[in-house]
Amino acid sequence: MCSAVAVKPTPGAPTRPQRRASWWESLRPRIGCGVYHSTYADDMALRTTTASRLRLVLVSVTAVMFPFVAGDYWVGEANRLYIAIIGALGLNILVGFTGQISIAQGAFMAVGGYTTAIMTVTLGLPFWLSLPCAGLTTAAIGAIFGVPSLRLKGLYLLIATLAAQVIVEWLILRMVWLTKGPNGIYGIKPPAFGPLEFSDRRAFYFLMLFFVVIAILFAANLFRTKIGRAFVAIRDQDIAASVAGVDVFKYKLLAFGVSSFYVGTAGALQAHDRLIVSPEYFNISVSIEYLGMIIIGGLGSISGAIYGAAFIRLLPTALSLMTGTLGLAGTNVGVLQQAVFGLAIVGFLIFEPHGIAKIWRDVKDYFKLWPFSY
Amino acid sequence: MGEHGEVQAVLQRANGQVGSIQLEAQDVHLRFGGVVALAGVSLGVHQGEIAAIIGPNGAGKTSLLNAFSGLYPITSGRLLYDGHDVTRLKPHQIARLGVARTFQNIELFKGMSVLDNLMLGRHIHLKSGLLSSGLYWGAARREEVANREIIEDVIDFLEIEAIRKRTVGTLAYGLQKRVELGRALAMQPRLLLLDEPMAGMNAEEKEDMARFVLDIHEERNVTIVLIEHDMGVVMDISDHVAVLNFGRRIGYGTPDEVRRDPDVIQAYLGEETEPRKATLEPSAVDHAADPRARARG
Ligand SMILES: Nc1ncnc2c1ncn2[C@@H]1O[C@H](COP(=O)(O)OP(=O)(O)OP(=O)(O)O)[C@@H](O)[C@H]1O
Ligand SMILES: [Mg+2]
Repeated sequence: MCSAVAVKPTPGAPTRPQRRASWWESLRPRIGCGVYHSTYADDMALRTTTASRLRLVLVSVTAVMFPFVAGDYWVGEANRLYIAIIGALGLNILVGFTGQISIAQGAFMAVGGYTTAIMTVTLGLPFWLSLPCAGLTTAAIGAIFGVPSLRLKGLYLLIATLAAQVIVEWLILRMVWLTKGPNGIYGIKPPAFGPLEFSDRRAFYFLMLFFVVIAILFAANLFRTKIGRAFVAIRDQDIAASVAGVDVFKYKLLAFGVSSFYVGTAGALQAHDRLIVSPEYFNISVSIEYLGMIIIGGLGSISGAIYGAAFIRLLPTALSLMTGTLGLAGTNVGVLQQAVFGLAIVGFLIFEPHGIAKIWRDVKDYFKLWPFSY
Repeated sequence: MGEHGEVQAVLQRANGQVGSIQLEAQDVHLRFGGVVALAGVSLGVHQGEIAAIIGPNGAGKTSLLNAFSGLYPITSGRLLYDGHDVTRLKPHQIARLGVARTFQNIELFKGMSVLDNLMLGRHIHLKSGLLSSGLYWGAARREEVANREIIEDVIDFLEIEAIRKRTVGTLAYGLQKRVELGRALAMQPRLLLLDEPMAGMNAEEKEDMARFVLDIHEERNVTIVLIEHDMGVVMDISDHVAVLNFGRRIGYGTPDEVRRDPDVIQAYLGEETEPRKATLEPSAVDHAADPRARARG
């Protein structure tokens, strides 16, 4: 049939050598071909450079040693930070990675928190059962509130999730028989697996560290495999994703589900940290705070969720330390904190929309090329 | 339906060897409010051929591809694939039938690397679920690595080894077009729909792209439907050419037949009554048909 080549070669352009083997023949997976196998597998590992492995070791050692050297106050702060990281990871999966904006973070944390509170306090069930149930219940409810994402995008979806926030808050106040209304549920116990109790702050620390590591690893793996790629593809170009075979609606709901599982788990862990759930822990300012975390830390980045959570969680302490050393002890730290929070969000949106994670990457790149960095 | 029968007849006459019809539009109408994008188009694409769709701007070429892909639900008519009615299928279901495509205005995942864009093309071939993916354990891990090898072959074929880790948003236009073709190839399609794969390219890039299209077609017998304004390319590589104008098919046949068709000449040259055959030679029509090419050049 087509004997002639389409376009006449441009004079001067090098002619490409004729291909001999059919490229398509080679498309079959070469399983068992050792060299390629190990090369690509290595290339696809999460940590590829010595520097990053070294950093990982340093961070791990610090994290394990921390409660042995830090005081009670700081261990408590670290516990709250780890819980916030899990929540921020969850929100980033939905907003940063999948591009589905949500302001229902507080509501989803409430679902997790109240699920575990009701199960452990009212029903007397064990923590090891209530924790996964909290995650799964939130995942289911998150997926339900994700249904509007079929039709709505951006600001309109934001409003739909705002509805979720309002509805859940309203239900908590109204379903007094279940949630104890505005009083909240007291008497939640620290986590325990049978006789193994985590009532001590430091024991609790290691449990939180365990969950945070699992949460980070799971997310990191998710985004280097099929499902996570589909999430990001939906964010970047949903039409192209659908034409490439991604069932966009299904994966949006899945993103809502996975995200809400994280968020619900964070809400449940928070309940077992504070030992109480009540409506004000889950209002819309919580949603805004978490959105602030992922914007400041870096949208669509796992490390971004970590940096952002650290920034927001450590901000009050840092500010009161600063005002203390500057001799401004009388300053209202709460107001100052709000101002810094707002300024940081605006500043990052304008100057570094990819957040702290991007700044950190740039710094690393700078030193990789150092001293030839220009 | 008369027009449809005519298609069959033309196909048989032109081809001699009539393979089965892989893709078929039957009297397809598509309206957007008051705008009529397709006004009763019938078209058959044979297994293993390169079919071109040409026509002036706004003729409905892209709309027809979008209808095939399931992106635009058609107002009336039928779409068949391998003889099965696929009129109501969703885009992701069409993809599973082995249909891949590229877009007129590159639609890549801009924030993802070239590798990830291509790996997304493997989506329909990957099976691992949420848990095994999240743990990167066993089957999920093996599957990722095996499929990475498959896309590495696509990368070799398209000669984009050097940019495989780059974020596609940072790539030059010509390379993005190539990556988009790569993503479609990664799907290992049986039918490839290409919407102006050479638009906006320089001569050298066009030559590369034409060669890729021919290689894909010849070595794997992938059926190709191609929208292209460059008549030189169209006339050289296609087995059949369908001409659209104002949402209607005004011509169909082999490149030579279409080139001589007075209706087609009329559509391309507007008011000109004298069918100047010479102006339908590749280079001249190239400009007549694609004012954007002039604007760019
Ligand atoms: N999503 C849409 N909504 C409304 N009108 C549309 C839409 N898509 C296409 N159209 C209209 O349908 C008609 C055909 O458009 P189409 O994009 O199919 O033309 P085309 O042949 O691909 O043109 P071009 O050569 O410029 O790409 C045009 O009048 C266009 O404005
Ligand atoms: Mg078009």
